Amino acid sequence: MMYRRMFLSGLSATIAALPQTLWALSANSAEKLVIALVNDINKVIDSQKSEQAMYKDFERIFKKYSDTSYISAYALGVDARRATSAQKKAFSKAFQGYIARRYGKRFREFIGGRLEVDSVKQVKKWYEVSTIAHLKGQAPFDVTFQVSDRTGKAKFYNMFIEGVNLLLTERTEIGAMLDRRKGDIDKLIADLKKLS
Amino acid sequence: MTLTLRQISLLVALLLTGLIAGCARQSPEARAAGEVFDPHEEVNRSIHGFNLSVDRAIFRPASSGYVSVVPPEIVTSFGLFAENLSMPGQAVNALLQGDLPKTGLALSRLLINTVLGMGGLFDPASDFSIPRVDTNFGETLHVWGFGEGAYVEIPLYGPSTTRDAVGVFADFFTNPITFAKQNPADNIGVYAEIVRRMGDRGNYSATIDSILYESADSYAQARLIYLQNRRFELGEVSEIAEIDPFELDTEGF
Repeated sequence: MMYRRMFLSGLSATIAALPQTLWALSANSAEKLVIALVNDINKVIDSQKSEQAMYKDFERIFKKYSDTSYISAYALGVDARRATSAQKKAFSKAFQGYIARRYGKRFREFIGGRLEVDSVKQVKKWYEVSTIAHLKGQAPFDVTFQVSDRTGKAKFYNMFIEGVNLLLTERTEIGAMLDRRKGDIDKLIADLKKLS
Repeated sequence: MTLTLRQISLLVALLLTGLIAGCARQSPEARAAGEVFDPHEEVNRSIHGFNLSVDRAIFRPASSGYVSVVPPEIVTSFGLFAENLSMPGQAVNALLQGDLPKTGLALSRLLINTVLGMGGLFDPASDFSIPRVDTNFGETLHVWGFGEGAYVEIPLYGPSTTRDAVGVFADFFTNPITFAKQNPADNIGVYAEIVRRMGDRGNYSATIDSILYESADSYAQARLIYLQNRRFELGEVSEIAEIDPFELDTEGF
């Protein structure tokens, strides 16, 4: 008993002694995440692969850089309370593919465009990385990423385009889709897989 | 005579705002949480249906034809022309908002783009790093302390709020162009604005189509996007709307 306590206190002392950078999400790591994300997306767009192959890549990028369980849980909203574990898992997977196709489909708008990091600010426990998007033939506009280390790693969990909360629009969309299917979560999951 | 007419329409607009503000009201808590206030949803939805059918039958095909036939540079020029025509009205609004720097910007843009930009077809003002101005009477009402009011969808125009709807009305009747003695054509501002909107509808067709025709509830999507974007433009985004990602139950996802 005593040994265990000693071991535990020793362990926590070691943890406390670890450099802060390993633990706390910093403005720097939040910014790096967004830059790496944008670079990876640009690489896919420049790759000249088929659209189907691109969607697969976008899905992989989405999984790598975003807090997918948070995004899926938020999108399903209050209906998550009555969903089974199997449904939650299946929804999360279907939703990720749907998002990759939905936003990936418009990749042409981003050809030749760039995103410039404007500022990074801490809000409570998370960071907001504000960027300016410069797309061909459009006035520059504001794109803000929200980044947290909720999962233990820096991941983005929401985006705002000129003040429009994309996660909230997705929740609205999923809610409307569920209403149309009389609240049938399985039907929603099946249809999400087909939707682009 | 000109001035009195303008004053009358301003008075009517203010009266309307007062009346509308007196109707249904959103609770301060709901407003602070950034909720949508839509007491006229049924009427709005039917107007939305009408707008969709007009878009599908006329506006969308006309716009896509317009941007595919007319070279992109000319589409841009026509858009700039409409923007330039709105500058006197924007300068008036900036003045009403007590924003002298913005008034100066609007007037400089008008002067430079009219003279050096061939009547507003080009935008040399931006080359001189004069930032773009985008204001209206809706923003003036906001500066004067009027609340957003209820969400409304205006026939043939689209998403708005009671406050912004009064603004649209007031801007239309107070635009100095409308009262100019040397008006090159009746309602040129309106025609230019329609052409500008066609350019936008055609250029951003993928995005707009995805909202109007690919979402499960296009009315709810358009409402959410309009309100959030408008609040963002006016700097009305409430901090309370922030959700803590650490507080959501993500078990199982």
